[in-house]
Amino acid sequence: MRFRFAKLGRVRFTSHRDVARMWERALRRAGLPVSYTAGFSPRPQLSFGLALPTGCESVAEYLDVVFGAPVDAGALPEVLDPLLPEGISVQGAAALEAGASSLQEEVTSCTWEIEVPGVERAGLAGAVEQVLASASLPVERERKGRRQTDDLRPAMIDLSVLPGSDDHTFDAVVPGARGSRLYAELSTRPRGVRPSELAEVLGVELGLARRTCQWIERSGSRWEPLAAPAASPDPVLGRAS
Amino acid sequence: MTSLWPRIEPLLARVTKPARYIGGELGACTSEVQPGQVAWLLVYPDTYEIGLPNQGLQILYEILNERPDAHAERAYAPWTDMEAEMRRSAVPLFSLEHGRPALEFDVIAFNLSAELTYTNVLNLIDLSGLPVRGRERGGEHPLVIAGGHCAFNPEPLADFVDAFVLGDGEEVVGEINDLLGERREMARRALLTSLAAIPGVYVPSCYEPVYVEGRLAGTNPLSPAVPARVEKRVVADLARWPYPKKQLVPLVEVVHDRLNVEIFRGCTRGCRFCQAGMITRPVRERPASQVDDMVRSGLRRTGYDEVALTSLSSADFSGIEQTVSGIINDPECSGQVSVSLPSLRVDAFTVTVAAEIQKVRRTGLTFAPEGGTWRMRQVINKLISEEDLYAAVEGAFAQGWRRVKLYFLIGLPTETDDDVRGIVTLAGNCVELGRAHHRGATVTASVGGFVPKPQTPFQWFGQDTTAELRRKVGVLKEAARRVRGLNLRWHDPEATTAEGIVSRGDRRVGAVVEHVWRAGGTFQEWSEHFDLRLWEAGLDAAGLTLEDTVFRHRREDEVLPWDHLSAGLHRDFLWQDFQDALEAHGLEDCRWTPCYDCGACTGLGVEHVVASVVAPAGGSQGTGQDLSRGGEVPVRLLERVGAPR
Repeated sequence: MRFRFAKLGRVRFTSHRDVARMWERALRRAGLPVSYTAGFSPRPQLSFGLALPTGCESVAEYLDVVFGAPVDAGALPEVLDPLLPEGISVQGAAALEAGASSLQEEVTSCTWEIEVPGVERAGLAGAVEQVLASASLPVERERKGRRQTDDLRPAMIDLSVLPGSDDHTFDAVVPGARGSRLYAELSTRPRGVRPSELAEVLGVELGLARRTCQWIERSGSRWEPLAAPAASPDPVLGRAS
Repeated sequence: MTSLWPRIEPLLARVTKPARYIGGELGACTSEVQPGQVAWLLVYPDTYEIGLPNQGLQILYEILNERPDAHAERAYAPWTDMEAEMRRSAVPLFSLEHGRPALEFDVIAFNLSAELTYTNVLNLIDLSGLPVRGRERGGEHPLVIAGGHCAFNPEPLADFVDAFVLGDGEEVVGEINDLLGERREMARRALLTSLAAIPGVYVPSCYEPVYVEGRLAGTNPLSPAVPARVEKRVVADLARWPYPKKQLVPLVEVVHDRLNVEIFRGCTRGCRFCQAGMITRPVRERPASQVDDMVRSGLRRTGYDEVALTSLSSADFSGIEQTVSGIINDPECSGQVSVSLPSLRVDAFTVTVAAEIQKVRRTGLTFAPEGGTWRMRQVINKLISEEDLYAAVEGAFAQGWRRVKLYFLIGLPTETDDDVRGIVTLAGNCVELGRAHHRGATVTASVGGFVPKPQTPFQWFGQDTTAELRRKVGVLKEAARRVRGLNLRWHDPEATTAEGIVSRGDRRVGAVVEHVWRAGGTFQEWSEHFDLRLWEAGLDAAGLTLEDTVFRHRREDEVLPWDHLSAGLHRDFLWQDFQDALEAHGLEDCRWTPCYDCGACTGLGVEHVVASVVAPAGGSQGTGQDLSRGGEVPVRLLERVGAPR
């Protein structure tokens, strides 16, 4: 069973692991027949997609759950939504075909909408232009305890300045701050790019970042792991808390 | 009501573990304070992860929020990075529920569970925007109250906290709320005097310590309106207080992250070093049926897959086997719920129960023999025979555990190097037992330095010096070198020394606590922040010495800083028990043997509440006797007191 959910507001300060534990408790509270792993230390069979960095919001999070008995996918969002903390809302659920690939394997890119406080549209447009014109964007990253240099340029699929007023205020970052908003599509291959790394290459400080979509792209076409319901939360950054 | 959230939120992007500051727990109070309600800010003076699970705080939170005339929110100590951000942005201490500034509450109430958190208490009072010293505060400021185990020697915090509550808080918290609701407009001095008239409430500014030649000569009431001696509060029947009913479920991982159900309060095993066991007497069991209800409804409500049955010695609960198997075999739990029993007694029976309950996730098993030799264990009255320990450890390894952890203390009265080396001998023998079952079997011996605590038989004993503890750690390390499979861990002797300064300090130690805090010494429970030099400098500045405050033996007739406060225990009982200790004479558990008249029951007009008059099965129960005929031991157990009203 695949779930799509949003993470908005204060709960964005919890970690990926925290969210996993919230789901485990909610599924148990609902009394749903979650399958457990065998062995010395049985765990519920839940698998999440790409980790959302702590502090980021999202309207496109996914979770796969293995159930040991049939469950009614249509009824699940309504059952689970009230059992999850405020800010986590279940947008949909659908049965997966047997042998479906994991989210981690399937998702190829993510789109983001990111606040850039203190930088006006023109300034941000300049930074975007510079990044897109670069042949390579080396950044130092730590991986398994070792420093290494990665080129982020291939991961920059699309960057642009979102339309909207320059006097957009970002109270969650600096009360009363003004600035512009960035749209980014970032590849997840070979490794996902975090908004903080994007900030580094743009040379700006980013405010609140919201993941708006995760995409699976194969042979020229792309789709979401589970489409957003018709009445999804406003995709434009609005204050959720 | 003011919400600071718009000013807090921008700080969170810049600090570690920001979810510590967002609240949102299942069970948290969502309503806002109403006119006419007394507003309480309940504060645990350590990090959110340590403080959130505190049962005392959660019980009071719920009891207050159930009252129509009270409202309670919570706060924890912000970590140093968050504190710096808050001070830079002039954000005061705030409640997690509504981001409400601490100054807007009527009461700021602290839980005192560990002495080394005292510098955090001062820091949090300051971060609230209050003068840290009580006498500099006025009617416009919230009242600062504290309770918890450390309140049994509150003198080091007497200058900073307006009132302390001794003992169980369930009833007295309501009485305090009543008074504050009625006397809103009362002048602060008069209010404090009225508070001091509530049984169990100690208002230090109503008492004056007198010193003669640099030693405390008495702590005297300044008014006939306050009692010369403050007695602790005791809830006679736990069944009337099935709290927490709505345990808080945090969004982030915390310590003891599971359902916790208190199955009894108090302990009469009589371990002489154990303050918790002494100050929480008598034993009051919760009825098994209520335990079952609390476990079932709690698991259903929280979604936790682990429940801990908490107490000071959970295997002593009457009918523990039935209670445990009831949970394990409950179809609703469908085999996925694990039960844990903290504070396991050391015997084979206990291991059998443990094996039953840890069918899933069998990680490690912990026992606390505390002393390395039988002589030492008689001194401290932890009457575990070597046979009981080996039977328990053998049982654990035979039933599939691969790691056993043993807790010990060093620096105990009459201790010799042979007793210290006895720790390694005992632990080494346990490794041998394990190796017979698994090649990779390991035993961890975790060794703490003993800090004598107020209201215990060892309250007169001079704590080992830092150097002596360090030397004994050296003796242990040397002895353990030859033992394969034994992991030796020890507590920092310097932290033990600092704890000793506060544990039995008098009111003058307040200046030391303040010095450490002003020098930036917060989070002294955390090794990365702990610094003994700050404490030594504080002692110097206050004209005190480690020798006099910590290392010196007290004489029988010496006035102790907590003599005007009572945990129910007679001073002569404690002194006699200390003398028995020095002669390595053990004392049996009074639940199943005659009363020693320690004072806890008779003095306070309460009784043991125990469902079974027979000692539980297994081992010698520390009596050194064959207890298979437990019912024949002369028993002076009393009828159960009042059913739930």
